[in-house]
Amino acid sequence: MAARYVVVVGCGRLGSIIASTLSQQGDSVVVIDRNGSAFANLGAEFSGFTIAGDAAELAVLREAKIERADVVLAAADRDNLNLFVAQAAKELFGVRQVAARVFDPTREPIFEELDIATISPTMLGAEAFLTLLSEE
Amino acid sequence: MRVLLVGSGKTVYFLAKRFESKNIHVTIVTSDQAEAFRFARDLKARVLVGDGTAPIMLRDGEASRADAMLALLPRDEDNLVTCQIAQRMFGVAHVVALVNDPGNIDLFHRLGIKATFSATDLLARLIEERTSLAEVMYLLPLAGGKAHVTEVLLPGDAPAVGRSVRDLSTPAGALIACVIRGEDVLVPSGATSLQAGDRLILISQPEDYGTFLRLLLGKHA
Repeated sequence: MAARYVVVVGCGRLGSIIASTLSQQGDSVVVIDRNGSAFANLGAEFSGFTIAGDAAELAVLREAKIERADVVLAAADRDNLNLFVAQAAKELFGVRQVAARVFDPTREPIFEELDIATISPTMLGAEAFLTLLSEE
Repeated sequence: MRVLLVGSGKTVYFLAKRFESKNIHVTIVTSDQAEAFRFARDLKARVLVGDGTAPIMLRDGEASRADAMLALLPRDEDNLVTCQIAQRMFGVAHVVALVNDPGNIDLFHRLGIKATFSATDLLARLIEERTSLAEVMYLLPLAGGKAHVTEVLLPGDAPAVGRSVRDLSTPAGALIACVIRGEDVLVPSGATSLQAGDRLILISQPEDYGTFLRLLLGKHA
């Protein structure tokens, strides 16, 4: 697969794993986090760029050249920030593939209407537990 | 009429007071417990403590009965999502968002939040208008900035002094709506002759504004 240009917002546990993995697979990756020390979470295999800044500021997203991104993954620890970034990526910058992590399942329905893929750790966790139980 | 306020601080408090004085029913959702007690003590409003950006809190705040909701949180992303949830899940007719970063206003509009206000933007504009041009006072934008109203003082050596309105080559997107001369307010006709000290109320589209101003004021523009 051709190398993609990927912007990852949030460099906590989830964001850093995604960024490191994609970078290792040959994608060009830019990670944004408000907290510069979060970049320590990135693995040694990460060879992309990091930007310390608030992704709710469009200037920061522009600095990441988000308009050129093939993929934007909003994986910060706050639902609303992820939803903001995902919608900006889609509506303003015309990014084709956009996904947001959303912890609160009750927030999801309206964003499905807006054609933004949401990933809910809460629902995934619940399903995993229930599957485990049903296998007993 | 019922209004739902999401946020905290003095702005929320004084807005609530003002709405109450007009017999508007106010509900406040704040995340600050101590403040919630003060609000409950000092206001007639119904006060809830919690994350106002969560659908469940908006439901408890009876968003579906609200005529309007104002999102006044310090983070733009929280105000965006709160307004979207109020609009889409609870059908609130009027949602208003505080936008801290003026650079985000366009995004809010494109995402369906038409009513936004930015304190940063308002203050910056006030200061710029007051300090850059003493002769020109910016009054208000119309139709979301597609035209605006300005007040202009004609100094004695302005090129428009002594000329009649019809002789000015006024751009198509601009007009002199009103002439204030001393105590008198005139609605100008083509024959009205402009005098030093006149205050002109202009309505113009942004693209014609500069040209029109130079035509009237010359070096003062």
